[in-house]
Amino acid sequence: MSLLEIKDLHISIGDKPIVKGVTLTIKQGEVHAIMGPNGTGKSTLAKAIAGHPDYIITDGEVLLDSRSVLAMQADERARAGMFLAFQYPSEIPGVSIANFLRAAVQSRMTEGEELDAAGYYKRLYAKMDMLKIDRKFTARSVNEGFSGGEKKRCEILQMAILEPKFALMDETDSGLDIDALRIVADGVNTMRGPGLGVLLITHYQRLLDYIVPDYVHVMWDGRLVKSGDKSLALELEAKGYDWVKKELAAATV
Amino acid sequence: MPTVATKSPATLTGSFTPEAFAAHLARVAHLPAWWLDRKRAAYARFAALPFPKRTDEGWRFASLGGLTLDGFAPPATVDFKQTAHREIGVTGAGTLLLANHKLVFHEPISPGLAARGLIFDTLQNALLQHSELVRAHLLTQPSKLGSEKFAALHEAFLEDGAFIYVPKNLEVELPLGVFHYAAGAGAAVFPHTLIVADDHAKVTIADFFRSSHEAEVQFACGGNDIHVGHGANVTYVAMQDWSRESLSFQFNATVVRRDARVLSVNLHSGARQARHESFSQLQAPGAHSEMLALTIAHGTQEFDQRTLQIHQAPNTSSNLLYKNALLDQTRTIFSGLIVVDPDAQKTDAYQSNRNLMLSSDAEANSLPGLEIQANDVRCSHGATSARIDAEQEFYLQSRGIAKPQADELLVFGFFEEVLSQIQNQELHDQLAAIIRRKFKDN
Repeated sequence: MSLLEIKDLHISIGDKPIVKGVTLTIKQGEVHAIMGPNGTGKSTLAKAIAGHPDYIITDGEVLLDSRSVLAMQADERARAGMFLAFQYPSEIPGVSIANFLRAAVQSRMTEGEELDAAGYYKRLYAKMDMLKIDRKFTARSVNEGFSGGEKKRCEILQMAILEPKFALMDETDSGLDIDALRIVADGVNTMRGPGLGVLLITHYQRLLDYIVPDYVHVMWDGRLVKSGDKSLALELEAKGYDWVKKELAAATV
Repeated sequence: MPTVATKSPATLTGSFTPEAFAAHLARVAHLPAWWLDRKRAAYARFAALPFPKRTDEGWRFASLGGLTLDGFAPPATVDFKQTAHREIGVTGAGTLLLANHKLVFHEPISPGLAARGLIFDTLQNALLQHSELVRAHLLTQPSKLGSEKFAALHEAFLEDGAFIYVPKNLEVELPLGVFHYAAGAGAAVFPHTLIVADDHAKVTIADFFRSSHEAEVQFACGGNDIHVGHGANVTYVAMQDWSRESLSFQFNATVVRRDARVLSVNLHSGARQARHESFSQLQAPGAHSEMLALTIAHGTQEFDQRTLQIHQAPNTSSNLLYKNALLDQTRTIFSGLIVVDPDAQKTDAYQSNRNLMLSSDAEANSLPGLEIQANDVRCSHGATSARIDAEQEFYLQSRGIAKPQADELLVFGFFEEVLSQIQNQELHDQLAAIIRRKFKDN
């Protein structure tokens, strides 16, 4: 079983500290949700773990199966088994989904190894059927002109093909109506299992009705200030983030 | 001319001395007299014209120091093993392979097409058998884009090339493939492809330019003429893939008549320094010229592209899209001009140069231009240069694709708008393979 360990992680953008010491261990098979208001560092945490060059790790450690990933480029981290589902996936005009995914699959093969094209398409179509995605989709340019729902479904399709050990899902519910949300959640639930650890980042409790987490963490001002099981999400929904704020204020007095 | 007088003849001709020209003439002495006369006149122009100067508008931004004509010689006849080069071919209606001007392989057109009047032969054979047809079309358009000296050199030393004549109403479905090879260090080659499509004819030509070895210093000074008759439809795809040490010139002249359409796609990949001049004339109503080009530059390559779209009649249209991807310390120059004559009302002309910068050391220069003398036209031009998008790059990397492959994918995405215009899958794949190799060599 794989482990993703985040240890006292501090992240800055430029000179500005955003994440101020996050510690969290995710086991393969677990679903963790991080909730919190906007601007508390949730997305920064996900992007930095995935290796975005604009996010500077000033302290702490990220270990994948006891090996530090911090010296790795984003592509090495991905090949090591990490996956970032983007809040705002890039549009890449002129690059078809089929070619893009093919390059991603090929990047995981050893030098000189030939991609079995027939096998690749068979697997791609099977995953698309599973996610109820039309096969014509593969000929379209990556995310270009996609609706919010299509973009998120495209992210899930990539995840299904690449079969990561750990998925960091950044505000996967943003911009989705209930139907689209349900489709995306169904996709994640289908993949859920002992081979996949998930870090779900969300602002709203709504997503957690569809993807039920094993653990819920509340992020506030760059730190995880509260952890619990799924009932914490419901409590937050009922009491609002001000409740956390007040508790925090009381604790620090 | 004072500039001429101050220089010795040797510096104006480089290796292409009067003796070298006399030797060339002796090799083609069996060709028609009118052609030999034109060659003599061309040589005189070449020898008299000065080299481009820094102040010449047509050479702005170009590296003049690289334009040396010294150290070249007419290439030796090579023992060319055609089989080794068949992999670049297309499954076409016919193939001509010229190595150092000599025909080394010929896959003739079908007897059926020949019986219907299609001519696909070497230029020398055409000069001998269809002298008047060649005379009416070979190098008949003036050089207007700055390379008068080098265009004259091309005409003077042009030894052999390809000739394609598609008679009235004949539609040739499969492409005709022409391959020009340069072999040997110091080889100077002057390839030419002459295309004449008669009224309502349809044809696709693939023109390949390649060296036998990447490291050989060569000089390639080539040209093509495309004549598109009334209602005819010509697709011309050129792949310039000379050796990394070559100096290359390519001159194109396209003449489009009533309701005719030409699509030209030029891929520029090879050479140390390459200049391409393309000149389209829209001569009668309904004429359309689609001028597309892709440049993939790496190392210290310089690509210089000069274009001219002249609208001479009402209701004509042209669309130019030149896309350059620049890696490493490369330079590109694009200078384009749309001219609309006074009576060419309802002209619809577009010109666009887009540069994708993959390196902060690369340099793209753009000089778009319009010269409109009619008052009811739609003309626009634009030039953009953009760095590769860091978020797109990160997105691809986050899927496991390493940066070099991510950049390759993004370049293909950038080129797709042009590549997708090539309907023939094999030709499309040929272009893609040449582009892909530039990333492998890096």
